[in-house]
Amino acid sequence: MKAVHYLNQFFAGLGGEGQAETPPTRLEGAVGPGRGLAAELEGVEIVATLACGDDYFAEHEDEALAALLEMLAELDPDVLVAGPAFGSGRYGYACARLAAAAAERGIPAVAAMHEENPGVAEAAAAYVVPTAVNVAGMRDALPRLGALASALASGRELGSAGEEGYLARGFRRNYVAEKTGAERAVGLLLAKLAGDTRTEVRGDMDRVEPPPPVTDLASALVALVTEAGCVPQGNPDHLQSVRAQGWFRYDLGGADTLASGRYESVHGGFDVTLANEDPNRLVPLDTVRGLERAGRVGRVHEALYTTTGNGTPVVVATRFGQEIAGELRDAGVQAVLLSGT
Amino acid sequence: MLAKEIERAGIPAVYVTSLPTVATMIGANRIVRGPAITHPFGLDEEDRRRIVERALDMLETDVEPTTVWEVDE
Repeated sequence: MKAVHYLNQFFAGLGGEGQAETPPTRLEGAVGPGRGLAAELEGVEIVATLACGDDYFAEHEDEALAALLEMLAELDPDVLVAGPAFGSGRYGYACARLAAAAAERGIPAVAAMHEENPGVAEAAAAYVVPTAVNVAGMRDALPRLGALASALASGRELGSAGEEGYLARGFRRNYVAEKTGAERAVGLLLAKLAGDTRTEVRGDMDRVEPPPPVTDLASALVALVTEAGCVPQGNPDHLQSVRAQGWFRYDLGGADTLASGRYESVHGGFDVTLANEDPNRLVPLDTVRGLERAGRVGRVHEALYTTTGNGTPVVVATRFGQEIAGELRDAGVQAVLLSGT
Repeated sequence: MLAKEIERAGIPAVYVTSLPTVATMIGANRIVRGPAITHPFGLDEEDRRRIVERALDMLETDVEPTTVWEVDE
């Protein structure tokens, strides 16, 4: 049986963030983590590796998917394996989109990534094997990924998410339970009291109603907030480049622009060369100051709020958001221009 | 997540990002698509002006949850 393996430019050995614009490429046989994966497959051979730059995929998704699907159709594998992408959002997204598209075309597909990777929600009918948040989890992930990929290639009907080690996809399959609902509920409660919280029903991410628009922007106090890791040159407070432990507030002191040499980005999720040539490309202070002078916005809040938005668990990012929102509200900010990547 | 929590506090927040699919999924409401991950506000002042104007327009607009606006070339 044949497997095709999908990797990003980094894991395929084509280069780091500088090569993130690499278009889809086909490589023969197993490459990089594919070699370790190959050892975990049973009766399945990795005949080819497809690779694509993370930025290229994100920015040219239709073209990238079309090219990858064409390669996939030519190879006609019994299973597509994507990743592991761990906590990397762009990589996980690409893995999930490709796996979902393959599954839709009848090719069994499995991706691997951290359960809070935004890619998880994009996997549709494809399977996702959970991994640790970073590459240290490779050794643990490959046997589980290999086992599920082998099962998919063999055409065996898979059991439940819990039994087979994939993340629940949100599909419900009827079966006859051995115990009644009441007994299972009591069982879950007892497990929870013992510190093991489980559920039979997966929850969705909550939603927030959009607040009403700003009525008079020309007199409003507008704040700049960024997840793009913009900090004063030298990163005096040591903002992490990935999985930020906190956020920082920097006084703009009336500055007209985020000048190169005075500010920089320490974001570890993309190539910051262009951003550091002109940090206004990430936080457009120069433009907003111009609009302040022109009367389009009332006043610019003299504090820049910043963090890095890559690899941050949802619960942590939510806390950052609540803390920043609290300060903004106390300062009387009426509108926020937020930049991410 | 920052956009969502700021809006939960009642302050309209517009999120400029080149990955609107991810922004939509996590539940940001006012989203403007920027041109690239490495420079969400474009490369030059003219790009920046156009994208910021679009974002400000969105702050002044009543939107449905998870609305994405494109920026005209």
